[in-house]
Amino acid sequence: MPYMVDATRAIGRTTLRTVAAVGRFGHLAVDAGRALRKGSLWAPHLVGQMAKIGVASVPIALFVALFTGVVLALQAAYTFTGAVPQYFVGTLVGKTMLLELGPVLTGLALSGRVGAAIAAEIGAMRVTEQIDALETLAYDPVAYLVVPRVIAGATMFPVVVILADALGISAGLGTAVLRLDMSAFEFLKGLRLFFESWDVWFSVIKSASFGLTVTSVGCFFGFHASGGAEGVGRATTRAVVVSTMIILALDAFWAATLLK
Amino acid sequence: MSIELFDVEKAFGKTQVLNRLTLTIHEGQTVSIIGGSGSGKSTALKHMVGLLRPDDGEVYVDEQNVSRLDQESLYQLRRNVGYVFQFAALFDSMTIAENVGMGLKRMPDMSGDAIDQRVSECLQMVDLEGTAEKLPSELSGGQRKRAGFARAIATRPKYMLYDEPTTGLDPVTTAVIDELIVRMSDELGVTGVVITHDMKSAFRISDRIAMLYHGGIRFEGTPDELRMCEDPVVKGFIEGRPKLMRLAP
Repeated sequence: MPYMVDATRAIGRTTLRTVAAVGRFGHLAVDAGRALRKGSLWAPHLVGQMAKIGVASVPIALFVALFTGVVLALQAAYTFTGAVPQYFVGTLVGKTMLLELGPVLTGLALSGRVGAAIAAEIGAMRVTEQIDALETLAYDPVAYLVVPRVIAGATMFPVVVILADALGISAGLGTAVLRLDMSAFEFLKGLRLFFESWDVWFSVIKSASFGLTVTSVGCFFGFHASGGAEGVGRATTRAVVVSTMIILALDAFWAATLLK
Repeated sequence: MSIELFDVEKAFGKTQVLNRLTLTIHEGQTVSIIGGSGSGKSTALKHMVGLLRPDDGEVYVDEQNVSRLDQESLYQLRRNVGYVFQFAALFDSMTIAENVGMGLKRMPDMSGDAIDQRVSECLQMVDLEGTAEKLPSELSGGQRKRAGFARAIATRPKYMLYDEPTTGLDPVTTAVIDELIVRMSDELGVTGVVITHDMKSAFRISDRIAMLYHGGIRFEGTPDELRMCEDPVVKGFIEGRPKLMRLAP
């Protein structure tokens, strides 16, 4: 019986903590919306953040996409052997990269690279009172720190994902030609067969939402870090775990709402 | 123009940090707040600039209720307040000159040249010429603290809040900082609040001294009155005699 009481208390505490965190996140989101008006504070930092969040993420995104494209082509050929015309390898690689693996794998990889870096940087600023110092110098820390990162994430993730999609499909093409005895013409025939330009937009919308998620969650946990180096570590871990979970939930949400 | 705290209460979780704290700092005065660790000194200071809001009670700066100001009015008020942080709180990614110039960039009508000029003046005042292009990580603890001081005074604030400005500094640098605090008050008429554990400094720089104990004021008076105070808590604290403090009711 005491175990039941303990379990109920633990569930209650976790629920309260979660509700409080959602409330604080909502508060930060409202503050960030208001801070959009303060362009003089965030605009000068936007290009730097776009380079840091977007351009610097290209190598890891391309690395993930390269091997994803290769594996997709090989597994498609293995699955289709004897049953489905081989040019469907191109269809599967193209559709899967654009609709699912390009945005999701890039989003997950970048939640580790970008989300963790943002949470650690802002968390370190919080525990060393640098955010308080910004406040005392009459800087709105949300406008100064959060807004440029979130805008950079929402705009640069799609660019990185489109590059990753393109490389993944190219890697699939290369694999088909070099390992599967297919011609490039066959692969491209399959790729074009069910191609819809909407698929590209779907990839862009998804990746923009992932960019928004990764950067805003990173900022949120960094902003609320406390307790020195250990607290920064905790904030960083939580940022990655929570943004990963939200990315997977958003993935299902977009599939359910936009693919009809 | 003064800083006034009326019946301020503040708790973090179940810990009551400030307990009906009432304190007035008059214009042009330098008041040191002393007290043991965890007595609520830094918490009180943060209320004066709106970094924390009281659970109950009111905080007035320049006759404005800090806890009721909207964000823009609060930032407007903060332009008149310089804050020296305990561990300097310099921005890691910026040079010392950029750190010192941060507040100036928020001032209307400050040109780039005027900012550079003021940054040089401030660095000279704290004996940090030649460090302008260095990063905070390239400075010693004492130099970082002085850079934090330079950043706080750069905007020529009417109020200066110092959170342990001399803790961890060598005696010579401590004397330099003390002298700066006195100059800010005597020459520029700045109203100052200093959180300190350093009794020598407190006696040297203060017009008045207040001692916090369990979140409230245990003593408030001039340095001479503090020296003559017979309250065992106050006497025990300033003489570093914990046994005497334990005798207190």
